[in-house]
Amino acid sequence: MKITLHVWRQKDANSQGGMKPYEVDGVSKDMSFLEMLDMLNEQLIVQGKEPIAFDHDCREGICGTCSLMINGVAHGPDGSTTTCQLHMRSFKDGDAIHIEPWRSRAFPVVRDLVVDRSSFDRIIQAGGYISINAGNAQDANNLPIAKHSSDLSMDAAACIGCGACVASCPNGSAMLFVAAKIGHLAHVPQGQPERAKRARNMVAQMDAEGFGACSNHYECEAVCPKDIPVNFISEMNKDFMKASLCGDS
Amino acid sequence: MSLGNTLKSSIGAKVLMAVTGILLILFVIGHMLGNLQVFLGPEKLNSYAQTLQDLGPLLWVIRIGLLAILLLHIYAAITVVKMSKAARPVDYQQRKDLATSFAARTMLVSGLLLVVFIVFHILHFTVGAIDLAGSTGFETEDGHKDVYSMVVVGFQHMPTTAIYILGMLILCLHLSHGVSSLMQTLGFRNASNASTIDKVGPAFGVFIFVGNVSMPLAAITGIIS
Repeated sequence: MKITLHVWRQKDANSQGGMKPYEVDGVSKDMSFLEMLDMLNEQLIVQGKEPIAFDHDCREGICGTCSLMINGVAHGPDGSTTTCQLHMRSFKDGDAIHIEPWRSRAFPVVRDLVVDRSSFDRIIQAGGYISINAGNAQDANNLPIAKHSSDLSMDAAACIGCGACVASCPNGSAMLFVAAKIGHLAHVPQGQPERAKRARNMVAQMDAEGFGACSNHYECEAVCPKDIPVNFISEMNKDFMKASLCGDS
Repeated sequence: MSLGNTLKSSIGAKVLMAVTGILLILFVIGHMLGNLQVFLGPEKLNSYAQTLQDLGPLLWVIRIGLLAILLLHIYAAITVVKMSKAARPVDYQQRKDLATSFAARTMLVSGLLLVVFIVFHILHFTVGAIDLAGSTGFETEDGHKDVYSMVVVGFQHMPTTAIYILGMLILCLHLSHGVSSLMQTLGFRNASNASTIDKVGPAFGVFIFVGNVSMPLAAITGIIS
């Protein structure tokens, strides 16, 4: 397959960037999207040009490192998939593909397609944990948790923190990420003592990082590689309002 | 966190929008049910109008309360829009919408148009400063305002009816996203009721549209005269 890429190139955080066209020949439909970029980068290196910088790590769809806005959709055209698990069989010979970095004030571009997602780490630091010494693992079933609750907790815990929700949101809001990180602790007993404080502090940090406000477009849910439902945002709203009106208890 | 700071937060602004939205929806329902008495004849509608007038100072409390609720609703919208505009200083060259609706994307425009419509509606029927069809100044035999004649004559005028139908279309659009959206915002939406809640907004929008538009249509087709 022959593909024409239009890729956002930007030297560093302080430089002006722009879209640059690249012709990539000999693309196999079995290649992953990132392997196709690897191949292009090898050609660029041979030509003595700067390779395209992009984020990737596990390439198994579980680490949340890869990103990329592909033809206007976060993680590309395949639903429930990260960019590393997207394959070139989803495209046709002769296709033009536009690749841009995540766009958000809280995700500044570091270089080309790489953005700094430390703002997510700071939101976690604001309350996305349980502050007790857990000690050794307890005996199984020591702490009974209803199946329904543990399922909900695991649904939220599937979040890999990739930032696709922010990238695709018309408002640049991070509510699906924060709601997932609040939600996976809100459905288990271990999360209860700090539940109110957690919701208040994590939402305050989300706002301080400069993410946008949610107006329920649900674009985040549509692109989430882990299919985390927006219902967790509804739960987070409740937790936050309860915490704001009733205090810490 | 103080209440002021809470309302300025991203979620607080949404909740303020939802709560003021509910109050405005209650008004829209009451306003429609009250006016639908036009189908019960002149006496019913005129006595309803007189009952409202007789509230005296209380009527002004309600009016000022409604205005305050509307202003808070607009203030919440400004907060959300400002946060969202600032959140993406460099925009995409390409970004596709996969899930959102036309109504959701046009909330700001439909909201602003509704403000224009409300101003027109008050100047038309409440104040009487805009009198397109010569519909003001009617009096009943006992010397009270003849609201029934005002409504019927006002709506027999084609351009007026067209403006009201357009206004109700915009209201229907605004409500179709707003009603479903407020249920999500206030934490009522979950896995089992999500698809129902997403249909409640459009259904409610159509309900209000049909109810309100039935009055000008009845006047222009001669069903009420």
